[in-house]
Amino acid sequence: MTNVALKQNELTEYEQSTMSSVADSPLQVFELEKRFGDQRVLQGLTLSLKAGEATALLGSNGSGKSTLLRTIPKLISPDAGSVSVLGKDVLSLKSRDLKNLRSQIGFVFQKHNLVPRLNALTNTLHGALGRTSFGRAWFHSIAPKELREQAYSCLERVDLAAHAAKQTRHLSGGQSQRVAIARALMQQPKIMLADEPVASLDPEAGEHIMQLLRSLSEHEGITLLFSTHHLEHALQYADRIVGLVKGKIVLDKPSAELDIQSLREFYGE
Amino acid sequence: MASSTTIPLPPRFSYPGVLRVIAIIGIFALISISLQGADISPRAFIEGLPYMWDVLKDMFPPRVDRLPNIGVLLLDTFYMAVAGTTLGVLVSFPLAICAARTTTPHGIVYQLARAGVSLARTVPDLVWALFFVVTVGIGAFAGVLTIAVDTLGFCGRFFAESIEETERSPEEALRALGAGKIAILATYILPSCTPSFINTILFSLEKAVRSSVVLGLVGAGGIGVELKVAMDTFQYDEACTIILAIFALVVVVEQISTRARRALLEEPHS
Ligand SMILES: Nc1ncnc2c1ncn2[C@@H]1O[C@H](COP(=O)(O)OP(=O)(O)O)[C@@H](O)[C@H]1O
Ligand SMILES: [Mg+2]
Repeated sequence: MTNVALKQNELTEYEQSTMSSVADSPLQVFELEKRFGDQRVLQGLTLSLKAGEATALLGSNGSGKSTLLRTIPKLISPDAGSVSVLGKDVLSLKSRDLKNLRSQIGFVFQKHNLVPRLNALTNTLHGALGRTSFGRAWFHSIAPKELREQAYSCLERVDLAAHAAKQTRHLSGGQSQRVAIARALMQQPKIMLADEPVASLDPEAGEHIMQLLRSLSEHEGITLLFSTHHLEHALQYADRIVGLVKGKIVLDKPSAELDIQSLREFYGE
Repeated sequence: MASSTTIPLPPRFSYPGVLRVIAIIGIFALISISLQGADISPRAFIEGLPYMWDVLKDMFPPRVDRLPNIGVLLLDTFYMAVAGTTLGVLVSFPLAICAARTTTPHGIVYQLARAGVSLARTVPDLVWALFFVVTVGIGAFAGVLTIAVDTLGFCGRFFAESIEETERSPEEALRALGAGKIAILATYILPSCTPSFINTILFSLEKAVRSSVVLGLVGAGGIGVELKVAMDTFQYDEACTIILAIFALVVVVEQISTRARRALLEEPHS
């Protein structure tokens, strides 16, 4: 009895805090520190994103971009600092609450990371795994009607409805990355993180993916943080550009105030 | 021109190390001791040749009047193999999940599961058969249990290996979107391992059919006991029929298994 009541309380509290804080900054990291052995990979990194904005993360290999992105849904635990997502102190969350929070953060990797032997529809359906029991989001054939239709409409939004029944190992790199985005959309995310999402795609497919991510952020108010080595992509698709050197922010400006020359100089340092 | 820092061409042969010399001498010593120890006697072989000929002569033509009985026994043997394999495979799934480093719930569970699988695999099937004949009694059930344990040793190991070999990055992606351990196992790891599981199961069925025909020799059910009786009572023509029947069963099962493997695992041409 008391247990059930407690659970319901937690849930409403959770939902309330989620709703009340989205208005301001949906994603803040404060004084993040992370070491791997002797190496300080994140050095007191502080960053706060505006809701609905698209931010590009630049920095040479090893500057800590992936580490920062992975820390946000607590795939990596930092040594010090705090992460606040949608009003929640992420680092203090455990099990059910952590899964609940992760389910609201879309994460697109350089590799699409799909299940190759399952079809695009089922892979998209997996986006619901964080917010429902796995039996309901396991295979499209046994999923409830509304989840199945949601997954299909996510595939429509990335323009892949025609390939819904295809095993993802038979899709091209660009198509697979679009399925990965559809899977992230299935999460109904408020925040989308993308770690070099076009680094293994040909230029044309890369443009397509960047346009897709940008339009999601623009039209659906999803806060987007993506890392990239394409200076043009950063200028074209981000509202704001943040540059990392050895785990510290050394550049942070609206993209309108930057040009390709100034970004080249940043890399030249 | 090459300067003094040039790295010289490596020699064609390098001198063997002391360890390698000792290993080579050891291997030759082992072979010569084995040849002496095995009582190899060309004389016994030559003297045995006429008897071999007699036995072979008595085998032909094979006696076919008991063919229907033998057919029934053969089918029973096959059922025993299928039942044992099914039982073994069913137990292998949870055991392999515990015996794979990436999915085991705990380090101690992992060590125990590994030990169980190794024990099942390293003890030969005839020894298991003797054990089960003593404990559950003579008959097909002892054979089913033997095959189940044998299958467990085989499938437990290869299922676990295939689980460990699945790529880690899709797992991280699912973790990032809030999926739990069991969900990841069900939605990613098991579907990814299915082809390799099917392959392993088909191999272990072939193995089970081969071993089911000899388990009867120690009383664990199946056609083996008939063969033993026929040989012991000098009914070589009947023994021949049984041997040919066994041969036919093994070949047929291997053929079907090969075809099933091809049908299930090959890429559709599209
Ligand atoms: N799991 C890890 N163990 C040890 N070192 C790591 C680990 N992950 C990242 N690093 C190191 O941290 C540094 C930053 O890595 P990363 O965040 O991947 O940089 P980026 O994504 O900007 O290329 C690199 O020098 C890398 O070698
Ligand atoms: Mg990286």
